[in-house]
Formats: sequence, C-alpha cells, structure tokens
Amino acid sequence: MNELVFFINNVVIAGCVAGSIYAIGAVGVTLIFSIMRFAHFAHGDMMTFGAFMVLLLTTLFPQAGAAIGIPTPLIMLPFAMALTAVLAVGIDRAFYKPLRAHGVKPIVMVIASLGVTLMLQGLIRLFAGTGGESLYVDDRKEIFRIPLPIEGVRVPVVITEPQIYLFALTLISVVALHFFLSRSRLGKAMRAMSDNPALAQASGINTNTIVAVTWVIAGGLAAIAGTLLSLDVTFKPDLSFFLLLPIFAAAIVGGVGHPYGAIAGGFVVGFAETLAVFNWGILLRPFRDSLPEWLAQAGNLAFVGTEYKIVVPFFILVAILVWRPTGIFKGKVI
Amino acid sequence: MPLLDARDVHGGYGGMNILNGVNMSIEADEIGVIVGPNGAGKSTMLKAVFGLLHVSQGEILLRGEPIHNLPPNKLVQKGMGFVPQEYNVFPSLTVKENLQMGAYLKPGNVKRMLSRIYEFFPPLYDKRHQPAGELSGGQRQMVAMGRALMAEPEVLLLDEPTAGLSPLYMNEIFERVKEVNAAGVGILMVEQNAKQALAIADKGFVLAAGQNRFTDTGAALLADPEVAKSFLGG
Amino acid sequence: MSTTRTDTVAAPRRFPLREVILFVVLLAAVLGVYGMMGSAYSTRMLVEASCYAILALGLTIQWGYAGQFNAGVMGFVALGGFCAMFFSVPVNDAFWDSSLPGELGVVLAYIVGAAVVVFGASRLDRIGVPKKLRTVITVVLAVVLYLVVISAFRGVADQIESQAGFIGGLGLPAWVGWIVGGALAGGVGYFIGHICLGLRSDYLAIATIGIAEIIKAFLKNSDWLTRGTATVSPLPWPVPGPAEVGFTLARAMYLSVTAVMIAAIFFLLHRAYHAPWGRMIRAIRDNEISSAAMGKDINKRRLEIFVLGCILMGIGGAVLASFNSLFDPQGYLPLNHTFLVLVMVILGGPGNNLGTIFGAVAVYIIWLMSEPLALFLMELAVHFGESTFGWDAPASMDSRALQARVFVIGLLITLVLRFAPKGLLPEKTKHVD
Repeated sequence: MNELVFFINNVVIAGCVAGSIYAIGAVGVTLIFSIMRFAHFAHGDMMTFGAFMVLLLTTLFPQAGAAIGIPTPLIMLPFAMALTAVLAVGIDRAFYKPLRAHGVKPIVMVIASLGVTLMLQGLIRLFAGTGGESLYVDDRKEIFRIPLPIEGVRVPVVITEPQIYLFALTLISVVALHFFLSRSRLGKAMRAMSDNPALAQASGINTNTIVAVTWVIAGGLAAIAGTLLSLDVTFKPDLSFFLLLPIFAAAIVGGVGHPYGAIAGGFVVGFAETLAVFNWGILLRPFRDSLPEWLAQAGNLAFVGTEYKIVVPFFILVAILVWRPTGIFKGKVI
Repeated sequence: MPLLDARDVHGGYGGMNILNGVNMSIEADEIGVIVGPNGAGKSTMLKAVFGLLHVSQGEILLRGEPIHNLPPNKLVQKGMGFVPQEYNVFPSLTVKENLQMGAYLKPGNVKRMLSRIYEFFPPLYDKRHQPAGELSGGQRQMVAMGRALMAEPEVLLLDEPTAGLSPLYMNEIFERVKEVNAAGVGILMVEQNAKQALAIADKGFVLAAGQNRFTDTGAALLADPEVAKSFLGG
Repeated sequence: MSTTRTDTVAAPRRFPLREVILFVVLLAAVLGVYGMMGSAYSTRMLVEASCYAILALGLTIQWGYAGQFNAGVMGFVALGGFCAMFFSVPVNDAFWDSSLPGELGVVLAYIVGAAVVVFGASRLDRIGVPKKLRTVITVVLAVVLYLVVISAFRGVADQIESQAGFIGGLGLPAWVGWIVGGALAGGVGYFIGHICLGLRSDYLAIATIGIAEIIKAFLKNSDWLTRGTATVSPLPWPVPGPAEVGFTLARAMYLSVTAVMIAAIFFLLHRAYHAPWGRMIRAIRDNEISSAAMGKDINKRRLEIFVLGCILMGIGGAVLASFNSLFDPQGYLPLNHTFLVLVMVILGGPGNNLGTIFGAVAVYIIWLMSEPLALFLMELAVHFGESTFGWDAPASMDSRALQARVFVIGLLITLVLRFAPKGLLPEKTKHVD
C-alpha cells in the first residue's frame, strides 16, 4: 500500500499540477490561435513575465498577505494578471498589429512572436538574473501530510499549500472561462469571430475589440499559469522553451481553437509526463517474491528519465499529427 | 429620396477595375435584383455597397448620406444588413447565438427580434439550440438572413441566397424575401436564377462587364426579348 | 492576364549597385576588425562566420525558397557537431579493450529485435487478427519490450560511464564526420518533414523547436556517448592545426576549406534555383493550390527542400564544431544557433543566396562585437549607478549584460519583418508575362 501512496504522490498529484498549468497555458494559446490564426510562441515568456511581476510585487510588499492570511504572492496575482494583460495588448499593438494590417502569412506572425519571445527573455533575465528564486519571500510554504487510515501505510499523501491553490484557481479559471464564452455577449462574439471573422465583421462586431479582449484573457491566464508554476517549484526565468512544447502539444491534442479541448489536452500531456517518468518498478515491489527474477531485479522501470521529460510532449505531438491532426476534439483549422 | 442610390460606381481589387460605372437605386419598399453573366461584377457591386471593396470613383448614398468606403460595422449601425453567399453562418454557434450576433450592436433588440425571426422562419425555432453548422443548406440560409435581420436593417443585401439550393428551398427563400420586403425592408440581391428573381423584383439591373446593360422594372426586363435572349437563356 | 504588383517587380538591373555597396561596406568592416583585433582573432571570426553562412544557406533555402520555417536549426547543428566529434576523436581503447562493446552490441541487437517484433505485431491484421486486438497487442508489446530494452540499455550505459568514461570516437578524418553529420541531420529532417510538411506551417515550427530541444537533451545527458557536460576536446582538424603552423595560418587554411565549401554550395544552389526544380519550388511557395492543380507533387518537393536545408545545417554544424575543436552539448543555445541564423537570413534576404552570405558575415561581426560593447555599456551603467545613487550592483552583471543581446536580436527580428520583410538584398523575382 505504501507503494500506492507513492503512486498517488508522484503521479496523481504531480499529474494534476502539471496538467493544470499546461491546461491554462494551452487555453491562452488556443484562444489566440482561433482569433488571430497563428501559433503564439511568446506564450511561455508571457507566463514567465506574469510570475516575475508577482515576484517583484511580493518583494516590494512582503507583508501584504499576512494581514488577510493568505500567501502574499496570491494577493499580488490579480495585479500581475493586469500587468501581463497590458503587456500582451501592448505587444500586439506594437508588433503584431502592423503585420496583420500588412496581411502577412501566419508563419511570419510566428517568427515575429519568436522575436517577441527573445525580447521578453532578454528583459526578464536582465532584471531577474538567470537563477531561480522562490516566490515565497516572507511566507512559509505549508506542506500537508495526510496519513491514510489504513493498516500498514506509513507514507502519507503529501500535498503542498500552493498545489491546493493551484487546483482551486484552475477550477475557477475554467468555470469563469466557460461562462464567459457561453453566456456573455463578448464571449459569444469571440467564438463568432473564431468561426468566421468576415461574417463577424459584417455583423458589426468590432474585431479590434475582440483581438484586445483575447490578449487580455490570454495574458491574464498566462500570468496565472506562470505564477502557479513558480509557486509550486521556484521562479526560473528560462523556462519558456520547455513550456512551449507541452503547451502546444496540449493545444493540438485538444484540437486547435477549441478551449475545452485545450484543457483536456493539458491534462493528457501533464499525466503523460508524470506517468512516463514514474518508476513503475516501485509498483512491482509488493509482488517481489512472486515475480520472475529478471523482472524483480529491474531497478528503474521508468519510460524516460526526468532529464528526457521533454520527449513526452513531443511524442504526443508527433503521434497526434500523424494520426489525427485535428486533435481529439475536432479543431477548426489545421 | 431613394433608400439606396449608387451613382457611377467604379472599383476593384488591387488596381484592377471590375466595376466601371454602375448605377442603381431602390426605394424603401422595393426589391432590387442584380443579374448578369459570370464575371459581370454582380457580387463585387454588392461588396462595394457593403464597404468590402474600395470604391475609387462615384458615390453610394443611403437615404442621401454618402456611405461608400465606410467599414462594414459602421454600415450595420446605419441600417444595412449583408448576407454573404458562402460562409454566412457561424458554424459552431447555435442558431440562437447566431441570431444574437446579428443584433450585436443593438443588444436591446434581441428579445423582441428573436421571436419575430422565429415567426418568419419557423424551422429555426425548433433548431435554436443546435449548432448552425449542422443544419441543411436551406436552413442555414434562413439563419443567415435571420442574423442579418436581427439588427432591423432598412436595407438587406443578399448575395445569391439560393445558390446551391434545391428548387423547393429556392422557392421558399424567395417567398421569405418577399415577406421580409413586405415587412418594410428594402432588398438588394444578386441572383443566378434570374427569371425567378426578376419575377419578384421591383427593379432589375442587368450588369455586363461592370456596367449597367439594362435597368428597368423586373416585369419589364422579363418581357424584354433582348434581355431574355442574351441573359435569361432564351 | 498580366497583373503586376509593385512589391514583387524587380527593376531591370544593369549594374548591381546595391550588392557592390553592401559588400564594400562589409569588406571595410572586416578590415576594420583586422586592424583592431589582430589577424588571429579576425581570421577565427571569419571562419566562424563562414560556418554560419553554411547554416544560413540551409535556412534560406527552407524559408526563402520554400516558405518553410525551421525553428530548430540548433538541433541540426548539434547533430552535425556530434558527428564531427564522434568520427574524428581518437579511439578510446579503455572501451574497446573491455567486454563493453559486446554488451552494447547485444543491447543494440535487442533494440532492433524489439523493433522488428513490434512492427510485426502491428501487421497482425494481415493474417486475420481483428484490428482492435492487433492494436492492443502492439501497444502492450511495445510498452513491455521498451521497458525491458531501455533498462538493459541503461545498465550498459552506466557501465560504460563508470569503466571507460565514454565510448570515444572512431579516429577517422574530420570530413567523414562532416558528411555523416549532414546525412544524419537530413535523416532527422526527413522524419520531421514527413510528419509536418503537409500540415499548417506553424506545426513545422513547433515540431522543429521540439526536436532541437530533444536532440540537445539527448546529447547532454548521454554521457556514455558524448561525455555530456564534461565536453570532448580537442577535435582534429582536416588541415594542419595551430600547434604546427601558428594560429593565423592554420585558421586561414581552415578558412580556405570553408570558403571552397561555400563556393560549391553556392554554385549548386544557383544552378538548382534556376533549373526547373527551383522554379517548381518557388511556384509551390507562391501558389500552392495552382501548383497542385498543375499536377505537381507538392509534398515530395517540399520534403526534398526541407531535407536539403537540414543537410546543410548538419554540415555547417559539423564544420563549426571541428573548428572550435570542442564538442559541448550545453553550448548549443537557441539564441546562438537558431535565432542568430534566422536574423542572418531575414536581414540578408531570404531566398537570395548572396544576400544570405552577406547577412551571415555582417550579422556575425555585429554579434561578436556586441559582446564587449554590451559589457562596456553595462559597466558604464553600473559605474553611473554606484557613483550617483550609491546603487549596489548585483554580482552577476556580466551574464546579465549579455542578456541585452537576446533582447536586441528579438527586436531586430520584429523590426526587419515589419520594415524590410525582403531583407537588404531581396530575392529577385522574375515575372514572365
């Protein structure tokens, strides 16, 4: 049974953590794609930027959270979301909008977004350095150890405070996004524009407004994802390329342009990663005596080492591109 | 004062002129029909009216106010509705949501107009929670027209509303167009099915090579042997 | 019908004034560097720039000729570098004299065997097994065999690392590694291209970024094969090294090798560009649908051009690694080996080989010179901050100053795309009316 708890800690919880972060990131990518029709490669760095803003604000006002009783970084998150949203809209105005007005091919927008990636990376590292830093400046990271009331189980289920916040915030974001897209006038207009931009315009929908709203949402979500990731581990300025692949894999698995698909895709990729790096040999241990020797001897039965984790989203990406390029839920555009 | 008045309109794509001086005018309660051979500039003219094409010369007036080269969303505000020939619904939105999008600029309209549209197109009421992409061609056309009517336009532009429909649906659509017109909406439409369209038209415009060839009442054009010979297939 | 758009029409050219001016300026810049930094440093710069020119030519045929955006140049460069290392580094007797080669061979045979078994299982439906059952059998077999093989492999790899360090090289001449490096990069390019080229162009960019990171992760962590972070050096040169004839002469001889390679590549590309094959490639880029309608096998042509570009990147990477005489998997950075090349191409003129070579040399000079400049400016800022506000500068100032270059490269990409999308030497598009 101890092995099962180990499995819960290392796969179920870790998978939910990674899945939530990828899901929130992938939703932003897929929304941008469905409105502007290009793969936004600067998304990873927008996430980093959001987390960096939280770090900055938390360093400036480390005591803010104590007054209310929740960690300061979470208090700062709404401000960081607003700042990231402003950044996203600003980037669009400065770099993407002129290209759109020129009617360039989507791939040129992709290259421009890579240029933006580098600019953000450069700026963030210029100010934040290249090392990792904890977002818990003044607070203490609570760790909950929940012992299971079963005979012979010594290992507790371990879950940390930021992970609980992570799950809660993911849930809130997803529900809020759902209501925004299905109930609000602006959300429906966004879906309409993603379906048919020309007709949206002919219906009197101001496409510039929708584009701006998309960036606000994508920026806000990116800040959430980046902050939650940094809370769970530490703030690292150079994550972007490693985040890009799982997030895009998640968006494509879910069907590009399909927000709910992106959420599902995020969890698929998150769980696939944790399942792949999990050492399955551990689950065999209780049966050690009844197994053939060669199998019992096998020390590490993980599919890939943690250092090759990036192979997993790539494998998923390739598999989905080969067998079902529209994604599990049919995406709009290939 | 005519509802819609186009005078000597020139325009085209990327320096190539497709329209070389088109004139047309319809009154508030009229149906105007544009017919003509392929490549005559029929749909191009409609796009020029709806601001989707740069008008390089001439003018287009809506109730005497110049509107050429205004962006489409301004034109919707001024009381113009446009139903494109293809891709004229939002396929993943439900029928109801499609209609709501039509009243995007006039959110106050939604409740009142929704029930009117359902009266006009009863099949849409039953399918209101279905994605528009799952409907048949004729029903989609109804959604498209309904969407455009949601904003209560004074004039409705229809680009080949019956293209690709079976004869049964075609007649149905023409009937609806007549009803919409009877409710006080001016209509300007482009049609391939010239005879049926001219039969319901108050004004007919026969275009060829980007210019008016014949302009008269629908009935007069149908009766004109020369029009019949060259443009209505005998 | 003769429609002419102002942006694609090349003015009738009599004298290539723009080319001449740009190259004269470039020559002046090179001479300036020689004057300031001495001939040994400057020749090294030129050799590296010429290696980058090979990479840039690879990218220009993908992006400029065919409109394919490869965002993972780094991966192909690293593969080339690995081959240059593997083939030219001396044989490691500690490995070959032990029993390890045999064990490694056995594991490799297992891998091949497992692959054959899984492939066979995937064909079980041919002999009447229901398709669903076949899929289940294949997946289960693949998972189990993979786990078995990979743990056996891990065991051998660990033994190699502990007993022999790494398996060493083959001790062959450098050029063998260069050729194999090109071939290997082409092979990976084929794999990626085969999957992605029929889809939206964004997918190719995502997949190439991914494969580049994977190749780097593999080379960095496979200590048994590459010594990983411990790096391998020196790598032998195909020409006499600095120890024998001195820095400047040795580097000049290396430069002559790369110059000959560039000339050959340039000549072949020029021929191909103007041959029917090149016309077809451009026709596909400019109007995919009508080319398909004319019965051209678009995906095959696209794959050809993508693989060709990857081969050039592999060769360029191999030549670069040999010249640096060092194989350091961690030294492969997206910035230095993907985006720098991208800037060279889009600034020089995508699709224009001469423009690309110009861009490669010019951007590389700016790139090298910007490092001391960035440090200098940063020092100035720190000094100013300290004396005026008593600001205590963080210790990592040097590494941070270099981040400013990341920003500048990014800014350059966006600015060029917006204001000079055709580069300094635009591709000359001929219009046959």
